[in-house]
Amino acid sequence: MQLTTPRSNSGSSPIDAALNQASEILLGKRHQLRLAVACLLARGHLLIEDLPGVGKTTLAHLLANLFGLQFQRIQFTSDLLPADIIGATIFERETGSFTFHPGPIFSQLVLADEVNRATPKTQSALLEAMEERQVTVEGQSRPLPMPFFVVATRNPGTQIGTFPLPESQLDRFLMRIQLGYPDRRAEHELLRGRDRQDMLAELQPAMELDHLMQVQQRVSAVHVSGALVDYVQALLDYSRRSPDYATGLSPRAGLALLRAARAWALLDHRDAVLPEDIQAVFPSVAGHRLQAVTGTPGSKEPAAGVDALLADVAVP
Amino acid sequence: MSRNAVTELLPHRTLILLLVSLAAVLAPHALRLPAWVTAAFLLCALWRYLVARRGLRLPPRSLRLLATLLAIAGIYLSYDTLLGLDAGVAILSAMLGLKLLELRRRRDTVVALYLGYFLVVTQLLYHQSLLMLLYMLLLVWAMTMLLITVTRPTAAAGPLQHGRLAGSMLIQALPVMFLLFLLFPRIPGPLWGMPQSDHTGVTGLSDSMTMGSISELTQSADVAFRVEFHGDVPSTPELYWRGPVLSGYDGTTWRQPDETAAFTPSLEGLATALDYTVALEPHNERWLFALDLPVRINTRAHLNSEYALRSTEPVRERVRYRVSSILRYRLHADLPATQARSYTYLPDHHHPKSVELAREWRRESNDIGDFVGLALAYFRERPFTYTLNPPAADTDPVDEFLFDTRRGFCEHFASAFAVLMRAGNVPARVVTGYQGGEINPNGGYMIVRQSDAHAWVEVHVENEGWIRIDPTAWVAPERIESGLDGAIGETERLPALARRDGGWMHRMALRWDAVNANWDRWVLAYGPQMQQRLMDRLGVEGTGRMIGLLAMSLILITGAITALVIWRGRPRPRDPEVIAWDRFCARLARAGVRRQPHEGPRDFADRAARQRPDLANGIHQVAARYIAVRYGRTRHRPQAVQALRRAIADFRG
Repeated sequence: MQLTTPRSNSGSSPIDAALNQASEILLGKRHQLRLAVACLLARGHLLIEDLPGVGKTTLAHLLANLFGLQFQRIQFTSDLLPADIIGATIFERETGSFTFHPGPIFSQLVLADEVNRATPKTQSALLEAMEERQVTVEGQSRPLPMPFFVVATRNPGTQIGTFPLPESQLDRFLMRIQLGYPDRRAEHELLRGRDRQDMLAELQPAMELDHLMQVQQRVSAVHVSGALVDYVQALLDYSRRSPDYATGLSPRAGLALLRAARAWALLDHRDAVLPEDIQAVFPSVAGHRLQAVTGTPGSKEPAAGVDALLADVAVP
Repeated sequence: MSRNAVTELLPHRTLILLLVSLAAVLAPHALRLPAWVTAAFLLCALWRYLVARRGLRLPPRSLRLLATLLAIAGIYLSYDTLLGLDAGVAILSAMLGLKLLELRRRRDTVVALYLGYFLVVTQLLYHQSLLMLLYMLLLVWAMTMLLITVTRPTAAAGPLQHGRLAGSMLIQALPVMFLLFLLFPRIPGPLWGMPQSDHTGVTGLSDSMTMGSISELTQSADVAFRVEFHGDVPSTPELYWRGPVLSGYDGTTWRQPDETAAFTPSLEGLATALDYTVALEPHNERWLFALDLPVRINTRAHLNSEYALRSTEPVRERVRYRVSSILRYRLHADLPATQARSYTYLPDHHHPKSVELAREWRRESNDIGDFVGLALAYFRERPFTYTLNPPAADTDPVDEFLFDTRRGFCEHFASAFAVLMRAGNVPARVVTGYQGGEINPNGGYMIVRQSDAHAWVEVHVENEGWIRIDPTAWVAPERIESGLDGAIGETERLPALARRDGGWMHRMALRWDAVNANWDRWVLAYGPQMQQRLMDRLGVEGTGRMIGLLAMSLILITGAITALVIWRGRPRPRDPEVIAWDRFCARLARAGVRRQPHEGPRDFADRAARQRPDLANGIHQVAARYIAVRYGRTRHRPQAVQALRRAIADFRG
């Protein structure tokens, strides 16, 4: 394995193939697609934050179709109740017993659309399920399917009638990514090309579910050297000492950083994490965990600050 | 600058801590400051708090200026001056309060904290007790913590997290403090006029005695003085601490007579002298106390004609002096007739019944010994009661005491006995002082409290000299044997510390007293003489050499601390692959491609290869080897490092 191989575009593994297919549909978002796949491989959950119409939902659909995951979409509204997500126990006359009717969360890929529109109570039902990978209904724990991947979207444009996610809960998302408008060439192609819905519908799964879960297991086997841990610690330390942030990065953020970087290295066909991997995932892993002194948590301001942080910390 | 910016400067918690710390700095001063200064300070602090909390506005510049002028005028009116310690402290306090009203920038906060440090120092000009020092050190720590917080705001650390750093800074300062304390030349006496009025409220014996003046004193558990014996401790009945001797009498009050010029001491010691050191608490008078009878003293003091020790200066701060006393003596075996007359003087028309009784005894007795015996027998055989709460006298205190109430405290017994003696034409005088004392087992020294205050009588017998007679001892021998606590009734109240019956509070108090006594002895008493003795022991001669030693030690200590800090923050030894890689990067830099510190090896290699396609192959090879050693799973490290070095050596740049 050649360690310095530049990120190969020519797919040789099923995941490369999947990524290539996805790039055909979601044009010009290769990096974000890689991040999303890395997040899936790292068994994390993904928060997509952007304006409507830039392809948030398409991305979630893409991931589900490419990896053959059962897909459920939950549109979050202010009257959504926890039971609408988790499910409820209902008395059935025919059988004369209580039966649990699982909610949409019992699915391998859950798209939680506009998650900040629901009440905190409903939000926390979702976030708890994400953390525990099981739900407890009337004292009985029910495991969620494997794999379990939540893609939540949040629209930063509308603030009226929303309940912003608290900092502590933002932490449950391994990554937060922004899609942004496509560049001129990609948009041209998009506008001229076929209907995306059709393309999505035709998409064939690029790999078996078993294979995906094997790859997920291989993520934790990716090597992290002492020198690399030193680098991560230097980043954490800098965020805690810098006057720019109200709170520094937690040890949990450090763990998340390493997990995401391992998946990123694996996507690059490497069995060891490089500082470049950390740098690649850092903005999406750390961005929503850092609170700029003047900003609100997860607001857009820190993103630039996150890049500045990377530029200020030397690779040891 | 907008109000928002003000609140940003100081986070809520920091502001509260700042205001509380500064108020705590002011608190001990508040007892001395005019009430309005304290009130103004608190008002300013409250105002500043409300600015942060409720969005109140800071006062405009004109109002602040006016307040400043008013404060200065007020202080001038309160003290009649703007100079001197008290007025200076008042100005500092008022300015600190006003400074709070212009905390806008980081610099303002820093200035306020500096003022706080200064106020802490001024507090030590008033009080040097150990507790006060600890309190002030705590405040210095808190203010240092705040100073760090204000000047170095970082993400994760609030003021309390900076506490550790502040603590370690103070600890680093400790050796320097000790050195300066030990070796900086001590200046005799205070540097400037110390506050004179500080001890006006202190209790102590005065130079006159009326009925009730001593029993009042016994309600105080305050320490009168502490004694270290440089030999055996005499038994309690021998512990008569001689104070003012009162021989002038006007029918109600015994007084210290005017100083007589002619004084020829005539003392014959009948025992060896006893050596001890007394640490006397301030009492604003000139009395020094010593065991009956003092013969030598090492401080500026003299014995008056009645063998009372008087200092040349009023005792306004704690003094330590070494005394020698002879416990058995013959004093003034011959008394000139003129003096004898003054010692038998009684004012006319006072105590007719007592005088009559004494004359009767005198007629019945053959000599003075018989006469004294009759008087003492009267005290012993009539039911006299020793009590802290004697009834108040109406017209004639001595007659009423001797014939009606028969309840009294030591001054009643002493006064009545001296009157009886004088009525019988025997020279007599009252001696006041202290009797007894408590050995502190924690320090092996003796504590004499105000509650040990006592009065007794000296009568003069031809050829025998002045003889001490303590009528109290005849009525209540327990008082002399075991102190006041054993002698008075169960129902009478004494301060807890004056009781000898133990209890954990008393034991704790004794332990604390020992700590304080050591503090006084080793720290506060460290003056020019003690420093001289220390230098003699160290073999350092002269002030110049001492300053040289100080400078050298300071350089050594600060050098050692600096070295320690540098050593602890030393960069870790670089791994061999990093040394090799850095050499490689340096070569590429000469070739025109400089690595950024934050650039990972692969990104750098890619960039370098793009900029120098001619070298791309070699660059990729070296980078691959470096990445394998540093980040990869390398089994044979030394070989891998060797391979990296070879690749770099082979690289043609």
